[in-house]
Amino acid sequence: MPLIQVHEVSVKFEQHLALQNVSLNLNRREIVTLIGPNGAGKSTLVRVILGLIKPYSGMVVRQNGIRIGYMPQKLHIDAVLPLTVARFLALSGVQQPEVLRNTLAEVGVKTELLKRPLQQISGGEMQRVLLARALLRAPDLLVLDEPIQGVDVNGQYELYELIAQIRTQRGCGILMVSHDLHLVMAATDSIICLNQQICCMGHPAAVSQHPAYLALFGARAARDLAFYSHHHAAEQELPVKKFENIIPIVPAENLPRVPR
Amino acid sequence: MDDFVWRALIGGVGVSLVIGPLGCFVVWRRMAYFGDTLSHSALLGIALGALLNVRPQVGIISVCILLALLLVGLQQQRQLASDTLLGILSHSALSLGLVTLTFIEGLRIDLTSYLFGDLLSITVQDLYWIYGGGGIALIGLLKIWKPLLSMTIHEELAKVEGVAVGWVRLVFMLLIALVIAVAMKIVGMLLITSMLIIPPATARYFAHTPEQMAWLASIIGSIAVTLGMVMSLHFDTPAGPSVVVAAVSLFTVALFWTVLRAGNR
Ligand SMILES: Nc1ncnc2c1ncn2[C@@H]1O[C@H](COP(=O)(O)OP(=O)(O)OP(=O)(O)O)[C@@H](O)[C@H]1O
Ligand SMILES: [Mg+2]
Repeated sequence: MPLIQVHEVSVKFEQHLALQNVSLNLNRREIVTLIGPNGAGKSTLVRVILGLIKPYSGMVVRQNGIRIGYMPQKLHIDAVLPLTVARFLALSGVQQPEVLRNTLAEVGVKTELLKRPLQQISGGEMQRVLLARALLRAPDLLVLDEPIQGVDVNGQYELYELIAQIRTQRGCGILMVSHDLHLVMAATDSIICLNQQICCMGHPAAVSQHPAYLALFGARAARDLAFYSHHHAAEQELPVKKFENIIPIVPAENLPRVPR
Repeated sequence: MDDFVWRALIGGVGVSLVIGPLGCFVVWRRMAYFGDTLSHSALLGIALGALLNVRPQVGIISVCILLALLLVGLQQQRQLASDTLLGILSHSALSLGLVTLTFIEGLRIDLTSYLFGDLLSITVQDLYWIYGGGGIALIGLLKIWKPLLSMTIHEELAKVEGVAVGWVRLVFMLLIALVIAVAMKIVGMLLITSMLIIPPATARYFAHTPEQMAWLASIIGSIAVTLGMVMSLHFDTPAGPSVVVAAVSLFTVALFWTVLRAGNR
């Protein structure tokens, strides 16, 4: 049984339809990446899966008793709250110093960072600390909303490698949101291309050829994706799930031209 | 020293001990205006208490709780922002209280003592209220401390980790209502928010953890109450404002101390 089954979910904010008829499954040991433009409803879908907002129609079925680790898209803490990194991590409820030390080592956070105020650490350090907090709960499902934002280029590679490693070592399912189209491919098993509804989903290599993907991201992005797929995963033929009634939100001719 | 001085001291310190930690959350969660609104409803509570023939504290607590619940309900709609709602509730509660009081025949209350506090007239019964209500509030706050802190940092993260966010928020609001009712006698309804905010703000300059900030706020509040009372006795100044002046003086000292220390480095 999948960890999470999302069944024909729609989400409405007042008049605005943020998600329409979205269905997907998430399994253990599987990395699924959500991509899509700003405002596509990625964070909204994540929130529905986490049970933070109720869908307007459709339903989300969670496997009984699974633990979820969540890394939010942003965390802003006012300077008026004195909070060290250590204290922030302790709020996860995990107290054993050994578990803490191992998790920190796993995400590559130096223990010196523990004593620093949370407001003063860098963006990249923050992402790792947030990841550590999510991992401390020994999750069955890890949900990461834009985990590499604010991380330098080398760090991005490392983080994606780390995420892939977490999957193999811990065997948890991972759902992540990403904006970058080529780096993420190194780590993901399948891609869901979202723009209010699911435009296409499947293996990165297959998605990169899909007309809906091309309509949404343009030819340049497709080349990025194809480039990666060519090198890493194109050997096995993986099917892309076909959606009959795809409505590209932006007509292809209105997309910005890619300079040649 | 006279008995009334002792009672004032014991009562004032008692209130400070509770109001400090609770005030920290008011500061962290940016709820200063919420505190103001609740305290402004106190007059209405006193008026209703007189009408129903119950103690003023009972009236105040009831009205504060009702107002807190009303606000939670009103926040469900999205057209008006929280501070607009608070503004409406705050001033209508204050005015409604003043208007209702004039309708109650034969009621003679000393309005100034409710507006600005009457520290030096604390009775033994007031002390029971302060330590009973304050004790309950402190225990309640300890019980919700961790989940409340967690959701103050990131509400959705806390919820995913299993915090019953709605309940914790409700309990916290009720605790504020309770403490405001209890503290009314010390600094009065117009100045209560200052005791929720100034000691924690002062404590922030010295604290490295949330818990440190909480107990420092308790201590700083107690010192402010004591200094304010001494001032009130010596110069015959009104007690509530004197306490606030003392608190602000401590805050200023802390501020300068921090600035100077930073300059020396
Ligand atoms: N609480 C809310 N109330 C009203 N509208 C909302 C709410 N949350 C999201 N929306 C709207 O729903 C749409 C999808 O938002 P969402 O945050 O899911 O986008 P996203 O794909 O995560 O975008 P980004 O890449 O910028 O993070 C947006 O148009 C947004 O304005
Ligand atoms: Mg988002």
